[in-house]
Amino acid sequence: MSVLVVAEHDNESLGSATLNTITAACQLGDDVHVLVAGENCAAAANAAAKVAGVSKVRCADDGRYGHGVAEALAALVVSLAPDYSHVLTPADKFGKNFLPRAAAILDVSSISDIIEIKDADTFVRPIYAGNAIATVKSNDNVKLISVRMTAFDDAASEGGNASVEALTPVDDPGISSFAGQDLTVSERPELVSARVVVSGGRGMQSGDNFKLLEGIADQLNAAIGASRAAVDAGYVPNDYQVGQTGKVVAPDLYLAVGISGAIQHLAGMKESKVIVAINKDEEAPIFQIADYGLVADLFQALPELEAELQKVM
Amino acid sequence: MKILVAVKRVIDYNVKVRVKPDGSGVETSNVKMSMNPFDEIGVEEALRLREAGTAEEVIAVSMGVERCQETIRTALAMGADRGILVQTEEELEPLAVAKLLKALVERESPGLVIVGKQAIDGDHSETGQMLAGLMGWPQGTFVSKLEFEGDGLKVTRDVDGGMEILNLHLPAVVTTDLRLNEPRFASLPNIMKAKKKPMDVVTPEDLGVDITPHVTVLEVVAPAKREAGVRVGSVQELVEKLRSEAKVI
Repeated sequence: MSVLVVAEHDNESLGSATLNTITAACQLGDDVHVLVAGENCAAAANAAAKVAGVSKVRCADDGRYGHGVAEALAALVVSLAPDYSHVLTPADKFGKNFLPRAAAILDVSSISDIIEIKDADTFVRPIYAGNAIATVKSNDNVKLISVRMTAFDDAASEGGNASVEALTPVDDPGISSFAGQDLTVSERPELVSARVVVSGGRGMQSGDNFKLLEGIADQLNAAIGASRAAVDAGYVPNDYQVGQTGKVVAPDLYLAVGISGAIQHLAGMKESKVIVAINKDEEAPIFQIADYGLVADLFQALPELEAELQKVM
Repeated sequence: MKILVAVKRVIDYNVKVRVKPDGSGVETSNVKMSMNPFDEIGVEEALRLREAGTAEEVIAVSMGVERCQETIRTALAMGADRGILVQTEEELEPLAVAKLLKALVERESPGLVIVGKQAIDGDHSETGQMLAGLMGWPQGTFVSKLEFEGDGLKVTRDVDGGMEILNLHLPAVVTTDLRLNEPRFASLPNIMKAKKKPMDVVTPEDLGVDITPHVTVLEVVAPAKREAGVRVGSVQELVEKLRSEAKVI
């Protein structure tokens, strides 16, 4: 049987999460198809066709798919699912929105946020904010799965030569419509795929003080993240949030500044390769998982760090 | 309009969860249980809509063992009008919960269903979307702002790169983000009053819903433990170690 990956994309190019999901799909079968549903999305479909391991791209190019609205996308996925043993999508806001809807319509369970594939029916997923790891076996004929991108490597974006097949759109239930968006514009790398992440917590004391992190992020070509406390306090927008209910990241270097280390924050970053914590409270729980801990006042340490990085980078 | 809110009894968010040594699950005996924080936000939003005159009645529903009545009582103490417990000893997966909710929706005909965007135990983030799919209703997931406009609903919701606004027909299902509101605390007089509010108890059999699991949990283990590293004395030492030892910059 074949495996279908529902691509997250912006009509022009594939989201990096799609590449991780394709890697997971390749572990399940060697006939991997990618669904690109969007509006004027030929460029994204062509990008998908070049990804190593993809044998077919199915492209649904229509206004109703322009913004990934769940009702229309789920209806399309439901129409395609019977041809596949597994349907995979990234475990981000995009995937978590439509996949459970499609699963319920198909009368199957969906399996969220897998971090490992044991066999075609058996998957590993974190529960309780990563404080427990469950191995689960699905008894459904078609398995709808969302994939935690940090747990799988990127598929090579070049090397494939898949055919692109145009799909006829399916009936849109017409009960919801897109009415606008406010996307964060940033020159920095994406939070979930950046090699270095610099995050601030409540200790930053204001949104203005996040500028102290920007200088460091510039030096390291890092993304900027935040703890829920910093988001709740209104210092930065919610899409900066790293944690159980925010984004899950696993960069090579995670720099936690003024973050105490609540369980729900650790859930979003503890798989990082190297963790650095800067906090003036030496009892802060973040130090229990940090590879390098610096007990210091961040308002002193951050300018020093920026100057030191300027010297060596 | 009636609003149905789903409330789940979960291990309190402040409790450090422990995995059972036999790998069958996590320890729940003698552990503090509370209402899932996202569901509290759902209850609060429903109450605000009633207080604004948009809704007439708020019904809090829960599913699971008899003690889930406590969670419903919490919602009633916050101000919900009545409760329904679907009582069962069986473990319920999100699909089963969504099917049970559908049965209750068909009985009660609410104009809006509000559920938490995820429960902090299973971290599935599925139930609201599944209910919407089963009902053929629109869904607004991860919602931080909710406004009634004309005969529809306008929701502001989290997407991966920021925020998005959707217009939804009613009836609809909404799942709550943390920023939707700050839930109220139940006052002591309201906790006393809540004891007298009506609560129905039904079973999945009463509702004619098949709750057979589609997924079997084979094993639950503790995650690999990450050891604390070293303390550095200065920013210079930190940068030096990141370069020469960790080799990440």
